[in-house]
Amino acid sequence: MLPKAKLWLGLMVAAFSMLSTNLQAAWDLNMTQGVTQISRDTYDIHMQILWWCVAIGVVVFGVMLWSIINHRKSKGAVAATFHESTKVEIVWTIIPFIILILMAIPATRVLTQAYDTSESDLDIKITGYQWRWEYSYLRQDSFEEEVSFYSILSTPRDQINNELPKEEHYLLEVDKPLVIPINKKVRFLITANDVIHAWWVPAFAVKKDAIPGFINESWTIVEEPGIYRGQCAELCGIDHGFMPIVVHALEQDEYDAWYAQQQENARMTREMANTVVTMSDSLEQGEEVYNRTCAGCHQVSGAGLPPTFPALAANAVVNGDLLENIDVLINGRPGTPMAAFGRQLNPVELAAVVTYIRNSFGNSTGDLVQPAEVNSIIQAAQ
Amino acid sequence: MSAAHDDHHHGPAKGLSRWFFTTNHKDIGSLYLWFSFAMFLLGGTFAMVIRAELFQPGMQLVDPNFFNQMTTMHGLIMVFGAVMPAFVGLANWMLPMMIGAPDMALPRMNNWSFWILPFAFAMLASTLFMDSGAPNFGWTFYAPLSTTYAPSSVTYFIFAVHIMGASSIMGSINIIATILNLRAPGMTLMKMPLFVWTWLITAYLLIAVMPVLAGVVTMMLFDIHFGTSFFNAAGGGDPVLFQHVFWFFGHPEVYIMILPAFGVVSAIIPTFARKRLFGYDSMVYATASIAFLSFIVWAHHMFTVGMPIAGELFFMYATMLIAVPTGVKVFNWVSTMFRGSMTFETPMLFAIAFVVLFTMGGFTGLMLAITPADFQYHDTYFVVAHFHYVLVPGAVFSIMAACYYWLPKWTGYMYDERLGKLHFWMSFIGVNVLFFPQHFLGLAGMPRRIPDYALQFADFNMVSSIGGFLFGASQLILLVVVIKCIKGGKKATAQVWEGAQGLEWTVDSPAPYHTFTTPPDPKLIHDQ
Repeated sequence: MLPKAKLWLGLMVAAFSMLSTNLQAAWDLNMTQGVTQISRDTYDIHMQILWWCVAIGVVVFGVMLWSIINHRKSKGAVAATFHESTKVEIVWTIIPFIILILMAIPATRVLTQAYDTSESDLDIKITGYQWRWEYSYLRQDSFEEEVSFYSILSTPRDQINNELPKEEHYLLEVDKPLVIPINKKVRFLITANDVIHAWWVPAFAVKKDAIPGFINESWTIVEEPGIYRGQCAELCGIDHGFMPIVVHALEQDEYDAWYAQQQENARMTREMANTVVTMSDSLEQGEEVYNRTCAGCHQVSGAGLPPTFPALAANAVVNGDLLENIDVLINGRPGTPMAAFGRQLNPVELAAVVTYIRNSFGNSTGDLVQPAEVNSIIQAAQ
Repeated sequence: MSAAHDDHHHGPAKGLSRWFFTTNHKDIGSLYLWFSFAMFLLGGTFAMVIRAELFQPGMQLVDPNFFNQMTTMHGLIMVFGAVMPAFVGLANWMLPMMIGAPDMALPRMNNWSFWILPFAFAMLASTLFMDSGAPNFGWTFYAPLSTTYAPSSVTYFIFAVHIMGASSIMGSINIIATILNLRAPGMTLMKMPLFVWTWLITAYLLIAVMPVLAGVVTMMLFDIHFGTSFFNAAGGGDPVLFQHVFWFFGHPEVYIMILPAFGVVSAIIPTFARKRLFGYDSMVYATASIAFLSFIVWAHHMFTVGMPIAGELFFMYATMLIAVPTGVKVFNWVSTMFRGSMTFETPMLFAIAFVVLFTMGGFTGLMLAITPADFQYHDTYFVVAHFHYVLVPGAVFSIMAACYYWLPKWTGYMYDERLGKLHFWMSFIGVNVLFFPQHFLGLAGMPRRIPDYALQFADFNMVSSIGGFLFGASQLILLVVVIKCIKGGKKATAQVWEGAQGLEWTVDSPAPYHTFTTPPDPKLIHDQ
């Protein structure tokens, strides 16, 4: 080998080894086969159409390459004079048409299955918000919401801002994952409360848009217990890249135990609305809730991103009437990006965050809001 | 040549006023091309910001809001500012010369349709300096993210889109009027070069869909300022309606950006293969078929919105059908090369790369048509890879091929072939290193339009960014080539290329300011 070529090879090897020093080097080339019948069928269709494309490509580019090598003027090639043939045109119209029919048949079959949302064992309503998911488990007899919670990115902002090393599931981890039983037909009822989102878990081959005013349906039967990760797949604003989906698929008995615990938690949260809180606890909890829920728009500093997301520092509402402030938080501001948090946060969290914003960023109203106060406003609104 | 004795009668005006008041199709063609190149560099700069932020996981250079502004502005500027005006520029320069006409049919409107464009894009770009920031809702501006939840600069965006639409509609009226009315005697429709045919069909597509775009942005304007609820579910509106109307414009728009490219490549390959284009008639019919199909496939961009299964199936089948006429075109180009006598000057290199890489984009397009598979591909980097393959080594390479092909006719000098080849090879390598790994990223599950990503996507993103910087830097070579070629070089002959056929090659190089003031000799018009 020439010394120069050796040098280049060395440089390339060095460059590639540098790339692989990342925490979790991955050179995945292909789609996941997933853990459901639909996801495996989808994978098969994907491979089938891919191989058709490769075969056609080999033939077409092969002829082209052969011509480029052999029919060049520098080799003394003399141009032929043929320039049309109806017969050939008909042949290369019909052959692709037949290939397309061969592809359309399995595609139609899998699509029909993916659309069959009937006879579900469990119904879960999924609601997209800027920028979190709400999961509500519906009672099979009445479709009332029984257990409901929000699922928010749990990767610390310090990792995103490169101040802490990134951990294994960077940006693909949430505080409370969706939990489902395996081998049960779970139907998802997907909607949104502000802009359009899309709920996507690659391992299930489920991707459905979450659209305000619509309820879309999808379903899955997961065959293996495990943790499956996905992301919002429709641009939904600033933090679109930061609203992952995590699904825990559990054996039925583990799922039942988890579900009973959730019912118990819901009962305790209702009781907590009557606790009395102190200023220092409220400020601490309020800051935590604020950074998790509000800082995406209003920023950690409270400076906001005006004019779409107003600053809370020196804000007229935040420094003004307390009841109006609580009302905006609970019911949102229709026609603006300010969402209604009355259902997203529990009364303790709502009270804490109001206390926090009214006593931070240079605001100093001195107000301490009690959960019971917030709760009575919520009850009155209903 | 026939027009040579005319050019001292009406030379170009002196100074800057030449460019402001010109009604000459060659001047206006040059204006369009320079404008589009400027927009190409601006949109490319935004792309460099995107690739730099995505070079590593974590937020390094910009915040997520600015990142979204970059993806939005990159898409809008490249589609409406770079690719579309470049093809209009080529049409202005070449169509009259190809059909033996003295100028465009409506020269004053031609001037206006160009000169409103800089204002539209100045207004769009100015939003970057506004308090609210530039539009940040993606170039597809889905409601209600682009209405209720949009930054206030969205109103400027709407006005800019209106102006761009008006410009496109005027341009297309002009092109149709020119082709249908100003063809030289003997230039029957089926003797027109394919570039003329593809532009005729493209112009009809533009007239059909630009008003739809104007309609959808007007509905947005009313939702934002006048209290209507077209797209607001809380007011009884329908966010999905937005997508139907947008893509009824948007899908034909995709073909608006690629049909003229087919015409360019159909001119270049026969020239450098020294052999007539194979299957001219079938090329014309295939172009018309693609244009027709483009109107009945729009909802394949919306397979995940929850359409009824009958709708999903219809749009899947209709979309798969597009592969047939597109295949015919590719087979015809390869058959033209087959048993030719080829040389590989820069235009031919770009044209061959077009055929190969556009076809790869076509393959992924076929994959995306398969609805259940699309559920996995939709809104991932697989889609980003797909449409960049058809638009960059597709549409943009064809524009570059056209520039190298006709530069000697425009300037009267041969361009620097060595620099041209360098530009080609760097672009070719750059574009593949940039976009090929994005297929893998999409299949591995990386959504598009995210400013930060999970760690398993880190390696391919770094590779892709390196390719992006290489591709971006390479485009400056084109600028050097063009400026060198305008300043001088080897004198070009009238025919320029040994195998070139067609009326534009019968006039001197550089083409006189006025050509075909008297119709060309019908004997010069050949069968295609």
